[in-house]
Amino acid sequence: MFLASRNFCCRGIRSCQLRTGLLSRSIKHSTSATMPFRHKNTRRIEGLDSNVWVEFTKVAADPSIVNLGQGLPDISPPSYVKEELAKVAAVDRLNQYTRGFGHPSLVKALSQVYEKVCGRKIDPLTDILVTVGAYGSLFSTIQALIEEGDEVIIIEPFYDCYEPMVKMAGAKPVFIPLRCKNDGNSASSADWVLDPAELASKFNSKTKAIILNTPHNPIGKVFTREELQVIADLCIKHDTLCISDEVYEWLVYKGNKHIKIAMLPGMWERTVTIGSAGKTYSVTGWKLGWSIGPEYLIKHLQVVHQNTLYTCPTPLQEALAQAFWTDYRRMDDPDCYFYSLSRELESKRDRMAQLLKEAGLKPVIPDGGYFMIVDVSTLNVDLSDVDEKQPYDYKFVKWMIASKKLSAIPLSAFCGPETKKQFEKYIRFCFIKKDSTLDAAEVILKNWNKQTG
Amino acid sequence: MLRRAGQSLCHFLLEKNSGAGRSWCSREAKMSRPVQARRLEGIDKNIWVEFVKLAATYSKVNLGQGFPDFPAPEFLTEAFSRALGGGNHMLHQYTRAFGHPPLVKVLAQFFEKLLGRDLDPMTNVMVTVGAYQALFCCFQALVDEGDEVIIIEPFFDCYEPMVKMAGGTPVFVPLRPNPPKDGKLMSSADWQLDPAELASKFSERTKAIVLNSPNNPLGKVFSREELGLIAGLCVKHDVLCISDEVYEWLVYDGKQHIRIASLQGMWERTVIIGSAGKTFSATGWKVGWVVGPDRLLKHLRTVHQNSVYHCATIAQEAVAQGFQRELMLYGKPESYFVQLPKELQQKRDWLVRSLDGVGMKPIIPEGTYFLVADISQFKSDVPDVPNSDEPYDHRFAKWMVKNKGLAAIPLSAFYSEAHKNSYTNFIRFCFAKEEATLKAANDILQKWKQEKTSS
Repeated sequence: MFLASRNFCCRGIRSCQLRTGLLSRSIKHSTSATMPFRHKNTRRIEGLDSNVWVEFTKVAADPSIVNLGQGLPDISPPSYVKEELAKVAAVDRLNQYTRGFGHPSLVKALSQVYEKVCGRKIDPLTDILVTVGAYGSLFSTIQALIEEGDEVIIIEPFYDCYEPMVKMAGAKPVFIPLRCKNDGNSASSADWVLDPAELASKFNSKTKAIILNTPHNPIGKVFTREELQVIADLCIKHDTLCISDEVYEWLVYKGNKHIKIAMLPGMWERTVTIGSAGKTYSVTGWKLGWSIGPEYLIKHLQVVHQNTLYTCPTPLQEALAQAFWTDYRRMDDPDCYFYSLSRELESKRDRMAQLLKEAGLKPVIPDGGYFMIVDVSTLNVDLSDVDEKQPYDYKFVKWMIASKKLSAIPLSAFCGPETKKQFEKYIRFCFIKKDSTLDAAEVILKNWNKQTG
Repeated sequence: MLRRAGQSLCHFLLEKNSGAGRSWCSREAKMSRPVQARRLEGIDKNIWVEFVKLAATYSKVNLGQGFPDFPAPEFLTEAFSRALGGGNHMLHQYTRAFGHPPLVKVLAQFFEKLLGRDLDPMTNVMVTVGAYQALFCCFQALVDEGDEVIIIEPFFDCYEPMVKMAGGTPVFVPLRPNPPKDGKLMSSADWQLDPAELASKFSERTKAIVLNSPNNPLGKVFSREELGLIAGLCVKHDVLCISDEVYEWLVYDGKQHIRIASLQGMWERTVIIGSAGKTFSATGWKVGWVVGPDRLLKHLRTVHQNSVYHCATIAQEAVAQGFQRELMLYGKPESYFVQLPKELQQKRDWLVRSLDGVGMKPIIPEGTYFLVADISQFKSDVPDVPNSDEPYDHRFAKWMVKNKGLAAIPLSAFYSEAHKNSYTNFIRFCFAKEEATLKAANDILQKWKQEKTSS
């Protein structure tokens, strides 16, 4: 039965479709009933199908819900960035393929910006790979350099994709938690630290890499030079790679400085540093990121890239390059977007923290990034009657969405199996939101105690 | 492998002034342990890296890499501008990971009609970063170590390394040329699979076959009978079909592109791959898609959510609008899907005459915007080098771009390592080019011919 030879000139196309629909369904049923289907997923993706975002973005998609969950700015990107994209739409050749490893003007701009930041020469053609978001950089790095038999140290809580990506590469994630040093009374992200002895115990001859995320999602911790030195010393001692996810590198608040671990002695040659246009310019939907490192590492990421998607979209790369040139020229100027965005977000951070405290919650004030974690145990919301076998924070967030119309993300989504109990009293709010969104959140939080929800 | 046995790290620090102010130029040591993963073994070479660089350096006329040098259609670029100017700045933020809702909805509507079955935009369609990433998702989701994947030669070069990266074993089966007896120019239809040979390639380890119709590089449009042959074997051996149909709209001479998924028993075992780049002449937008049954696509979704997760929003929005327009104009003369193949057919015929006129023998493609030509009569300019590692057509193509400024791709680039010397007298030209480009190519060829006849 060849159903595709039908063309559109048949009248009563509706009845055509209905007939063929029924026919195709009956064919589908008859053939699938006779043959058992042996084609299941490959081993590499076994157990990797569920995902916190798929679950929670669906739940929060209701427009009546104030969405402080997914890390999605609802503020506008700066106008010059939008204008650059509008300009490129008119240029014909920018609608065709560009250089696979990164559009020439973009890698040049990135090399200039980062040479200035790092104080070292960065070759745009060999030391940089442009990827589909920082997500794509993480994937390319892990696929290029990690394999079965390797162990990869992941600091908890962690951006959730690290664990499945390490597993998909056939390697074993080894977790180490950040621990609150004030006996659980945490006012600041700086209170969350690694125990150096505990960290050292996680390194062995199988350790291929450690994944570092600074500024940190979800806690907002900005690792200090001393903390980075502890990690660096272990990397050098054990000849380990460092995969440094620095997507929030520009979002550091007063009194803090973002330090690149790759700049510590002995670290450039073993570090791949990852950045993101989405986070730098509030354009998460452009999905452009980059990996920067020594040629002998980056070349393997390039091999992965040429065998996975080959090249990233041209017009977006060109527009991003132009945006970078604009800010490169004013990197010594406080008006540079890299600094002005962080000032804008600092006041949102402070406002968010204030609102949460007034509602009786205990926020952990982040030193960087645009997330804030909150201890909700102080509210003593009893969810023991909720039947699901999910951690407390999952149940809490679902309850909060349903009864308070406010969404967040449960922190245990960012933990390995052993630590879920430690973090299940925390939820994560995103505060890169426009004033009206924060106003709506304020209304909910102010009325929180008035309801017996 | 970069194993350096037990050396101490030496740092050579040289102070150097550069545009970025004072910087340290240091030849730092590498890590002493081997770094790259084994899955990269044997897949680091890539024809495009070499030939794109050559074309960029030497070519005056580039008929090499497959992309149009004419603009993308106005309705598409206007859709992009409209989306940007519309004031919805959320188009700069993440959209739905498995595909921007307006795009998956219109793709489902379109393919429902083409396939004659109901499609759920949420489960039967997924958007990818170009058809390239769709292919990657297929292999990663469905091919395990030890699985065999049948690839028809000549093939779009990425299939082989992608199968290898997934731990699979590529099994090759060639299209064989059966030249017409009357001495006429060959057509891509004259390159055929031998049914017995194809059947012999299926084993109990065969997981999938990759089908590319219309075929790059030959331009072959598989007939209903040929597809029936492949389908029969897939059903018999319970094998999947990865159907790369990126050139689905580019078919000439009144031929019809037939979707193998519409053949009996095939929907449930086929993943169809498509490309906005090829459909709308906007290769740089990198928007592709897969269409197929949920029980296969769910595994592709798992790979996608663990590799890139989201595709760029704005390009998807514009492509959705492009498809909306085509849905309304389907089958009408103003449809881009009618106009583009008409224009390209003329360009094809132009290039055929051009090549035939100088003694290169083109194989007339039934589809795609590629054309393969036999260059045996030009061999004198680039002598054979016995025992050379490099296939003849490679050396010919390199010589041609360096000395004549005309870029094309050697056919051996589309063959497996083991079969690179099967057909070494052919090169592939892309004719998705402006008239001026094709005329310039003709000028180069004519001049070349004159040089040959006068020498």
